[in-house]
Amino acid sequence: MGMRKVAVIGAGMTRFVRRALETPKELAWQAAHQALQSCELTMDDIEAVCLGTAPDSFDGLHMNGEYLSDGAGGWQKPYMRSYVGGGTGVFVPIQGWYHIASGLFDVVLVVAEEKMSSFYPHAQAAFLTIFDHTTERPLKPNLLWIFALEMNRYMTTYGISKADIARVSVQHKRNAAGHPAALLGDSQITVEDVLKSEVLAWPVQRYDVSPVSDGAVAIIMAAEHVARRITDKPVWIEGVGWSLDTAHWTNRDLAYPRYVESAARMAYEMAGIKEPKKEIHIAEPYDPFDYKALHHLEGLQLAERGEAVQLYIDGTAARDGNMPVCPSGGLLGVGNPIAAAGLMKIAELFWQLRGEAGERQVPGHPRRGLAQAWGDLMQVGTVVIMGR
Amino acid sequence: MSELLRDLPGRSLSEKEFEEGKILFNFDELHGNFAWDTGVAVGSYLAGLKRGVILGAHCTTCRKTVVPPRMVCEWCYRPMNEIVVLQDTGTVNTFSICYVTWDVQRIQEAEIPAVIEIDGASPLHGIMHLLGEVDADKVHIGMRVKAVWKPADERQGAITDICYFKPIEEV
Repeated sequence: MGMRKVAVIGAGMTRFVRRALETPKELAWQAAHQALQSCELTMDDIEAVCLGTAPDSFDGLHMNGEYLSDGAGGWQKPYMRSYVGGGTGVFVPIQGWYHIASGLFDVVLVVAEEKMSSFYPHAQAAFLTIFDHTTERPLKPNLLWIFALEMNRYMTTYGISKADIARVSVQHKRNAAGHPAALLGDSQITVEDVLKSEVLAWPVQRYDVSPVSDGAVAIIMAAEHVARRITDKPVWIEGVGWSLDTAHWTNRDLAYPRYVESAARMAYEMAGIKEPKKEIHIAEPYDPFDYKALHHLEGLQLAERGEAVQLYIDGTAARDGNMPVCPSGGLLGVGNPIAAAGLMKIAELFWQLRGEAGERQVPGHPRRGLAQAWGDLMQVGTVVIMGR
Repeated sequence: MSELLRDLPGRSLSEKEFEEGKILFNFDELHGNFAWDTGVAVGSYLAGLKRGVILGAHCTTCRKTVVPPRMVCEWCYRPMNEIVVLQDTGTVNTFSICYVTWDVQRIQEAEIPAVIEIDGASPLHGIMHLLGEVDADKVHIGMRVKAVWKPADERQGAITDICYFKPIEEV
């Protein structure tokens, strides 16, 4: 298709915390500064900036992308914010990718930031406005409803127990114990702890859900000729895909994420992947809720429908398994500052594929990984495949 | 996080720092007032609710019946110009038993939101509503339910003209 090869050459992130001292602009700068330092570039080397941040309602600012531009490094540069709900964190590197693949720019800074704690008293209330104002909002819905409804449909369709789904939360939170930026890493957590946690909206319990968080992540992307000069360990973007399903979410099969499948198929075709289960060595599916990781693994064609939980039961998904899932600790463990959480998965693949993940390093020199995010009204799938 | 990166930015604030007044912040409330026009398709849906019927829209090309009605078929992007009357009965596609409000206040009496596949619409096509007159532990996916309407003179042309859906007595 005449597209140039694009690599990730640097990455940085802040701690993910419940409430940060820093403002959104300050978080964005801290992550971007660290990403630049990691590949020894300065802002003068950056030709364009892509920002990802989720709903304006978290910050109470209209045109939030423009407001954040100084912290994100957008001054006097081609700069644009992209936003596809929770899918933003994996979409914003796709935006960076097409900036470079098209031949328009050689070096791009990609920043994703979220500060959810400003919304008072709880960020969940900011989500009320995602429901249709006329046909749904008069019923006083809350965000948990749609997850609880989808989770119940998924587990009932395939006969999966709550205890088995809880394994996802346990493994991700245990993985996060090795992540220095993590909010909820816990090496001791058990399935019983998850099942005993407070019931919020059955079948969703407290530990089935990722936490409200503040944080930022940044990566540097470069065209092949630049990447090879700057690092001897570039990590290539091998495939990207994104897709949207209907906004009428009650008119859709809730047990299977069709939009994730079409996004994944687009990315696999670009990457020349015929057998994803064999060719993807690390998977970072989006896991704001434990069942979502399973749902997404199935949409990504990394498990048969209703069988993703087997990967956790038989150890395939463990850090030393055949296909580690969320070795970062995911959103359940590291935290879920929405846009930043998705880009955290891209940064994790970058570190894992370079062999720099420290305590969290997946053994066996993995060659290829996949990151996926999901969002809007449970309808968007964004996928990036990276390889070395 | 890379093992090569040592200094981790981002400082976590604690409750104690707020209680002791060490952290300065600016509190404000934003209010927005809106009057949303219901439009053509949803307007007819609401007018139907006021009359005590649930309306859907049918696409003759895709042979799909969706609810609520809309002007365009998402599948073929042709106009969806046939409004059809559906039943006020349906099947529970999924449900939740919810103990928190939209702003995460705890509630004692659980609400039971559900997706209800409406009879007469295509398979898996439903609406979100609440279940009532049922014990939470009796609700199950596949349960048959019927709309409980407000009295005709109290209906306003709103989704809340249906109070909730209740189980149909299984004979």
